[in-house]
Amino acid sequence: MAATTSNTPGYYVNYSTRVDKVGLRPRIANTVRALIAVIIAFIMLIPVIWMGMTAFKSRPDAVSVPPTVFFQPTIEGFVFLLTARRQLTNDELATYSERTDLNFADQLALGRGQVIIGQSDFLPQLTNSLIISSVSTFFSVAFGVLAAYAFSRFRVPGKDDLLFFILSQRMLPAVVVTIPIFLMYKELGLHDTHFGLILLYTSFNLSFSVWLLKGFIDEIPREYEEAALVDGYTRLQAFRKVVLPQAVTGIAATTVFALIFSWNEYAFALMLTSDAARTAPPSIPVRLGTGGIEWASIAAGSLAFLIPVVIVTFALRKHLLRGVTFGAIRKG
Amino acid sequence: MATIELKQVEKKFADSFAVQPLDLTIHDGEFIVLLGPSGCGKTTTLRMISGLEAVTTGNIYLDGRDVTWAHPSDRDIAFVFQFFALYSHMSARQNIAFPLQAQRESRDQIARKVAEVAKMLKIEHLLDQKPGSLSGGDQQRVALARALVRRPAAFLMDEPLGALDAEFRESMRAEIKQLHIRQEATTVYVTHDQIEAMAMGDRIVIMSKAVVQQVGTPADVYHNPANLFVARFIGSPGMNLIEGKYVDGRVTLPGGSAFTLPNEYNAALSAALNDSDGKIILGFRPEAVRMNGDGDISARVYADDLHGGYTMLHFELDDGVIVHGRAGRDANYPIGTQLKFGIDPAMVRFFHPVSERAIFANGAGV
Repeated sequence: MAATTSNTPGYYVNYSTRVDKVGLRPRIANTVRALIAVIIAFIMLIPVIWMGMTAFKSRPDAVSVPPTVFFQPTIEGFVFLLTARRQLTNDELATYSERTDLNFADQLALGRGQVIIGQSDFLPQLTNSLIISSVSTFFSVAFGVLAAYAFSRFRVPGKDDLLFFILSQRMLPAVVVTIPIFLMYKELGLHDTHFGLILLYTSFNLSFSVWLLKGFIDEIPREYEEAALVDGYTRLQAFRKVVLPQAVTGIAATTVFALIFSWNEYAFALMLTSDAARTAPPSIPVRLGTGGIEWASIAAGSLAFLIPVVIVTFALRKHLLRGVTFGAIRKG
Repeated sequence: MATIELKQVEKKFADSFAVQPLDLTIHDGEFIVLLGPSGCGKTTTLRMISGLEAVTTGNIYLDGRDVTWAHPSDRDIAFVFQFFALYSHMSARQNIAFPLQAQRESRDQIARKVAEVAKMLKIEHLLDQKPGSLSGGDQQRVALARALVRRPAAFLMDEPLGALDAEFRESMRAEIKQLHIRQEATTVYVTHDQIEAMAMGDRIVIMSKAVVQQVGTPADVYHNPANLFVARFIGSPGMNLIEGKYVDGRVTLPGGSAFTLPNEYNAALSAALNDSDGKIILGFRPEAVRMNGDGDISARVYADDLHGGYTMLHFELDDGVIVHGRAGRDANYPIGTQLKFGIDPAMVRFFHPVSERAIFANGAGV
């Protein structure tokens, strides 16, 4: 702060944060502003809230018209999400109901005349999503930061053409190339493999991350590395010790964007996977129970699906909010 | 410590010269200032010495060792940047220790050396702060400490005071000079501020348009500028330069005033001026102006600035040329006064109007 305002010692700008010093009028204005923000946030969050409510609804509540806002919460949706069940015949139902060793989940299923026969494939699919999106995010950011550094600092022959070529990867709607990629993946044996999706998502994200990170690295003054170079460090050491810590904000932002893309990706995951590598997005909406769509189960799946991205974004929020390099270098 | 030698060092960007072939020997323990307007090639020269910029041709020697193509980290030099280049994610202490860590010194040794240099620069109380919370002067002190801590063979400083406020600049100037005297370290210092150069340099290298104009001590470049550029650039205001016509030992100034030269100049001047049709440029510092009333040059007082210790008078000659003269602090010449002034002949310098070079390399040549 001092560096950008003044170099005089003891010169500090102290904006008081004491509430009792602030006049009544600004305080009301602040309250109104906060209120408006809360209302807008609420409107934005309605679908998410509705999803969260549906996840805890029983089946009649979930499909009732008009929709119920107050209801008896149940975790039926989650139980059905995580289990595979079979419909019981009437005979079976009679004997089964008499058993006393039934646990909570079994009883929920029994209420629908069903018996739990094992785990659903939701957890393995969520695991696939985790593996594929985290590995592809790691590689697209790692390659991205290296490429961005080179583009930012070195005289690369044909730099502008290369950068445009990289950007052009994002110009075609992805759906257009799903069929060719599907055929290629079949031939190459990449169909329904983790590696296949990781490769695809990494290359999709790379163009984006190179451009985003180049912007951030351009902002880091060259003098930083030059100081490290004359102080006895190699180029690579200077990169690791000086450039990377300065680029943390950009890396965090890029990570979140890349993660969200590969985590949410639907079309390719649907086309290129079947069992082994199927991710969560294409499987959540197709949860059909006997006699209809299990809305509660779908909502529960979507809710569970939100959590990892929320955690990552929350963990990186400090870097996302913090401005780039404040302080040490003064632009005159 | 070290000597630095540049032999025919040049730098081209695309087709234009950033630095024309340059020869320079910087002696052990010397404080050399590279001075010139922006874009004159002084910073490029400094960066070539550091290795941050590759030379186009020529050789650079550090203590006799050819380092032309050595990596910056192999040159044992320290660089102080204009905008400090402190790492904002590290505390002042970590910043200062950073070069030592590259040399894999032990923890104890690093701690000892950091404490030592912090004491020298009086920044011990700031060591645990991040650069962002320090004032500009303190940031530059930390940057100096980072350069000093390694005890390098030479210091290269690129306008280290340029980013500081005026009040800090002067005290830091003295601090850097004092550090240099204590360390006896070879220092190359780049600045565009001629006052800074005069105050700090053992020798000054004046550059303009990629060419070295003059190399000399501050007194030398002030009193005996090698050409018109140096004459104008050094001093504030710069040297007075008026064009006259030289005929038989007399210089006639525009407007008719005449100025008689001592006899001993004549032979050399006539020889030097035979291709300029007798035209000559007289140069003299404001303090060469004599106001005792019996001068030959008539002028009108145009403006006067009281500088406290002295008065700077601005005269308008008959043809509109403005000349600056220094007078005592109690000088009283109302604006518009017509007067005559003289010039101390020993302090007059002569320049060729076409080549713009000084006619006598060593002052007046007497």
